[in-house]
Amino acid sequence: MMQKVYRKPKGFYDDFFRNPSPDKKTTHYCPGCGHGIVHKYIAEAIEDFNIGEKTVWVSPVGCSVFGYYYFDCGHQQAAHGRAPAVATGIKRSKPESIVISYQGDGDLAAIGGNEILHAANRGESITVFFVNNSIYGMTGGQMAPTTLIGQKTTTSPYGRNAFNEGHPLKMSEILSQLESPVYVERVSLHDTAHRNKARQAIRKALQIQIENKGFSFVEILSMCPSGWKVSPVDALKWIKENQLPYFPVGVYKDVYSERKTKEITKRVWDKEKIVQALDLDRRIESYPRSKPKKEIFEEPKVKIAGFGGQGILMLGLLLAESAMLTGKEATWIPSYGPEMRGGTANCHVVIKNGKISNPSVDKPDILIAMNQPSLERFEKEVSDQGLIIIDTTLVKKGVSRKDVQVFAQPFADIADKELKNTKVTNTLILGALIGLTGMIDKKAIFDAFKKHITRENLIEVNKKAIDKGISLVK
Amino acid sequence: MAKELIKGNYAVVKAAILAGAETYFGYPITPASEIAEGAALYFPKLNRVFLQAESEVASINMLYGSGGAGVRTMTASSGPGISLMQEGISYAVGSEVPCLIVNVQRAGPGLGNIAPEQADYNQSVKGGGHGSYKLIVLAPNSAQEMCDLTIKGLELSDKYRTPVVLLSDAFIGQMMEPVDFPDPLPQKDQPKKPWATHGTKETMRSIINSIYLEPLEMEDHINRLLSKFKKIQENETMHEEYMVQDAEILLVGYGITSRVLMEVVEIARKEGIKAGLFRPITLWPFPNKRLVELAEKTRDILVVEMSDGQLFEDVKLQANCKKGIHSYTRMGGIVPTSTEILQKVKKIMGRN
Repeated sequence: MMQKVYRKPKGFYDDFFRNPSPDKKTTHYCPGCGHGIVHKYIAEAIEDFNIGEKTVWVSPVGCSVFGYYYFDCGHQQAAHGRAPAVATGIKRSKPESIVISYQGDGDLAAIGGNEILHAANRGESITVFFVNNSIYGMTGGQMAPTTLIGQKTTTSPYGRNAFNEGHPLKMSEILSQLESPVYVERVSLHDTAHRNKARQAIRKALQIQIENKGFSFVEILSMCPSGWKVSPVDALKWIKENQLPYFPVGVYKDVYSERKTKEITKRVWDKEKIVQALDLDRRIESYPRSKPKKEIFEEPKVKIAGFGGQGILMLGLLLAESAMLTGKEATWIPSYGPEMRGGTANCHVVIKNGKISNPSVDKPDILIAMNQPSLERFEKEVSDQGLIIIDTTLVKKGVSRKDVQVFAQPFADIADKELKNTKVTNTLILGALIGLTGMIDKKAIFDAFKKHITRENLIEVNKKAIDKGISLVK
Repeated sequence: MAKELIKGNYAVVKAAILAGAETYFGYPITPASEIAEGAALYFPKLNRVFLQAESEVASINMLYGSGGAGVRTMTASSGPGISLMQEGISYAVGSEVPCLIVNVQRAGPGLGNIAPEQADYNQSVKGGGHGSYKLIVLAPNSAQEMCDLTIKGLELSDKYRTPVVLLSDAFIGQMMEPVDFPDPLPQKDQPKKPWATHGTKETMRSIINSIYLEPLEMEDHINRLLSKFKKIQENETMHEEYMVQDAEILLVGYGITSRVLMEVVEIARKEGIKAGLFRPITLWPFPNKRLVELAEKTRDILVVEMSDGQLFEDVKLQANCKKGIHSYTRMGGIVPTSTEILQKVKKIMGRN
């Protein structure tokens, strides 16, 4: 014998245990509201596709904020308008889950306009159900971005005026213009035929996500008798007479059959692979301890200054790297503060045997000045008995202080004439620096090249520049 | 693993991956962009997620979704971007979603500039968004700590199910120093999160939510959060001290300022001034117990920072020393030099 069974779809909890109301069987929605119908269609689809276990429901701010009262799945409640961003975070973290963003018109089309646009444009593999009832329901009937021209609400008491508030936003039309979305359809709940189409659209949108093909979006024209101040029956008529002419139903985009399933890749957790991917698998050789020629070169503070493009930052970097390779502590910082202005580049390097306190150098033991303004600016700061290296190709007026060691050479000219490459002026100076000070073993510098000079054909000429720099001192 | 000479900003990225971070969502902003760039380079190599969001508003909400789905997640930004995230951070606290937010501080207010300041102190340690809450705020002062505190931040965030802020600055972010990286945390040792929405049968009842319509329920929820913060306050303070035992003047500062202060102590001691350094590493919870102890023994306290005296106000609220609590500040992107601070120290100590 045939038996008629009335029951809730399995996508719903049997008892709405999270609802604080004593009634655990019905929803909190007003009589005649469309949410209950949309909920039912989704719950049926969840049951039929058997995806409840995998589903994470993202509730918006609005009447449907309590989605977690009803759907038997995981839940996240999102900030106003941010549901597509939250859904993106969930889906990217757990690509095998089914993520549903359920939003109203204020949430999706006003405050969340940016999030929905970009989630759609990225083609996030999520499903968005957009309930459009042309009004803010939960907050008491204020104007929505989809409120119709002339429609009276508490914040458009004289009727929506296109000259003041613009025209209602057509989200399906907008999103369907994007390249990435797979499926965009607008449906309506105002009669049985349209409800059947709504049911099918909801299933199709979920099917697309189950096949991991990309972004699907269903806009549902839905009743809000309380907001519209009409009876539930008249609300159906209200959709037909007011919403339908401005928001035509239909499929705005469907490339389901053209789109391929996106593959899900597994995270890599293998230790060796992680270390390798992070470039942390480098081996460091041991180098002889440096034999500085003066005590201040044992733990020097260095300032290197000149024009941008002279390789100043790289010079400092090679110095710091090679110091580290020889077992010292080192810091490198591109300069901040007023001195960074005026098209000059400079960096500070501090080298010490133990922990370095201040990485910022205001009294350098060594100054390398590669142009005139740098010398003039920093000369007075150099510590007594310190060292100043200048490139006389550009620094025409020499060092005026008498209490410091000075090494002056036309480095750029030498690089140009003897090494046929002005770009190695900085390493030429570095060579001179280690020749003068005995601070660092040249093998450590050659090793530092491997990390910092990415074009291999340049390594040889840089090595030559170091040797040439050392020879300038002898 | 060998030591690597690396920028603080890049150290954050590598450390996060070693700690098991699976997702990075962010929006570029100087001087934090290198963290996004580093994440864009390294996360995809290991099939982890790097996603450049459309805004900071979106990125923090992606963190919310991701942290709520049970994976270690992070973002990085600076001043204006962090301001945009405040709504989402408040939600993450309310819904108890763990995530790591790195703030590489720049100068403000408004567009300001891209040089270092420490003026997001109040925004970070007092909450920053709406509602009664605190954030765990860690303040690194080296590239090594950019690594270590990134890992610590992810751990604390999971331990207490609450967002953690790594409060750095343009100087620490841009500076290169040798860093010792630890071994990666194996997948089996990643914290279990049965409360998260994994999209599995076991977690079907998981809910990430901060709405409690009934005022009594809401109050209970807030009180539960507050008792968690109290526990954090009792157990998680971190600080560093240097030559404080006999200090007559205690210098207080964090981040890059504390590095300069350490040099000031070195020089001052050579000149016969008994100076010491107290550096809070956790800005919230603030290590006030120890500060109060030290303050009682010392004659003067000098708080040095790159803001309008935000840390100074907190120190003054808590500590009492024999003579006076003084403030020295630079702003606009200027890192104070040891010379100028030493002058101030000498003035306080009557040694001109």
